Amino acid sequence: MIDWASPLGWTIITVGQIAAVLVWILISLAFLLWGDRKVWAGVMMRKGPNVVGPFGLFQSFADFLKFVLKEIVIPDGADKVVFILAPLISFTLGFGAWAVMPLAPGWVVANINVGILYLFAVSSLGVYGIIMGGWASNSKYPFLGSLRSAAQMVSYEVSIGFVIITVILLSGSLNLQTIVEKQAGGFWNWNVLGGGGLRQLPAALVMFPMMVIFFISALAETNRPPFDLPEAESELVAGYQVEYSSTPYLLFMIGEYANIVLMCGLITVLFFGGWQAPFPTPFLAAWPATAASFFGFMWFFGKIIFFFFLFAMVKAIVPRYRYDQLMRLGWKVFLPTSLVAVVAISAWRVFGPAA
Amino acid sequence: MFLQAIAFYLLAATTVVSGLAVITARNPVHSVLFLITAFFSAAGLFVLMGAEFLAMILVVVYVGAVAVLFLFVVMMLDVDFTALRQGFARYLPIGAVVAGVLTVEMIFVAKSVANSGAAANSTGPAANVASVTNAEAIGRVLYTDYVYFFQTAGLVLLVAMIGAIVLTLKHREGVKRQDVGRQTARNTASGMRIVSIKSGEGIDE
Repeated sequence: MIDWASPLGWTIITVGQIAAVLVWILISLAFLLWGDRKVWAGVMMRKGPNVVGPFGLFQSFADFLKFVLKEIVIPDGADKVVFILAPLISFTLGFGAWAVMPLAPGWVVANINVGILYLFAVSSLGVYGIIMGGWASNSKYPFLGSLRSAAQMVSYEVSIGFVIITVILLSGSLNLQTIVEKQAGGFWNWNVLGGGGLRQLPAALVMFPMMVIFFISALAETNRPPFDLPEAESELVAGYQVEYSSTPYLLFMIGEYANIVLMCGLITVLFFGGWQAPFPTPFLAAWPATAASFFGFMWFFGKIIFFFFLFAMVKAIVPRYRYDQLMRLGWKVFLPTSLVAVVAISAWRVFGPAA
Repeated sequence: MFLQAIAFYLLAATTVVSGLAVITARNPVHSVLFLITAFFSAAGLFVLMGAEFLAMILVVVYVGAVAVLFLFVVMMLDVDFTALRQGFARYLPIGAVVAGVLTVEMIFVAKSVANSGAAANSTGPAANVASVTNAEAIGRVLYTDYVYFFQTAGLVLLVAMIGAIVLTLKHREGVKRQDVGRQTARNTASGMRIVSIKSGEGIDE
């Protein structure tokens, strides 16, 4: 029998947890990707993928095999090490961020005190994969794409940071599990509605717009349409991805989608109660712990799917922004608004009713 | 402790090696990438010491923002390396003096911190280190004992920011700018008019 408290036991447990989360994300990504394409097709009155498997459900697996079996082409003038490193960084960061995501009561790989800062740090590192890929390709379009993306992601991180600060002020904690636990007891306790029933409802005047700003900034941060300027096909062919093919391209794409789902999870955790059900759940106390956790996990997953659906709809409906409009929105609209919101929420915490 | 030891030696070795690589790499972009690796493993060392808040702030500020702009600038530079190397022997003494002063300063700071702790002269409410989180402990020191230094640092940064804006801001004449307010206020009545043009006359405008 292994001693679970020993270094060996700890390593086995942690690796097992990491593997479980990784497999869950990869499998969900395969179907979410399919759903993304189906929603997109539906808005355009097309059928979308419908050949591989029932309703085309296995399309993503077919694509996966196609990418893996293709030849890896590395351009002659490319900086080979950085060229290969870039998609690996994108992929690793996209999944590394999930380490602190609270999936259900007690279900989190690393329950660290500064969880939300960790997520913010990892998502701000995401720009390196893109900027390195664009530079290492040694080609004009990828380089222009990566420069655009660096400016874009740095700009929108600022407003995301301020929105996160408003949530931290409401919850009084940097720990994601604590932030979720504070929103227990029904949808009226969710941070988007002020985070404390009727008494805190006036804070919703600020928190609801903050949620919208977070959603839009998340679109920009993950280079999703309408902010997919780094890969705008009408101007830059495919931006930083032009020279990539086969598995490196696949790694970029999976990393990007992992980041998108992460942003859906983050908006759920910060504003919509994470794994909390939208109604009081006193009956859970009688359930076995695993069943209660699974109940929470289902809510969390459902909320992620809902926000992913919104991401897909935005992609299908909204036309792409122009670059100066993007910068104007980030610096002249979101930054001052979220800054005022931080002041307003701080004042609310000091002068408003006690939480 | 065994795992901590492995992590420490791994991170420390990465920090030192990538620090050396920063100054030896021939390509400046590689230098910046090694610098980022050094920052990142230094953040890992902070986590090992229990300073998780500092570690995350290091990654967010230095790796996530400052180094991105470094990389941004360095990638667009077109540096002539032979010209750069020519002044090496001439500037070596000055560089050595600066490095020596910095080393002596760091030894003094490290010695005083090791002897009496960072908040030795603190008069404010002492935080019980075991019961509060990192962020709380730092906040208590920063906003009580060091509040004037903190505010001064903020002012210095503000002045630097305003200076950078003043230096680079240019208002070019004759550029068509988008006025979003005016654009969305436009409607059919103000944005369009129907003219019936007589043949061979055109519009008088």
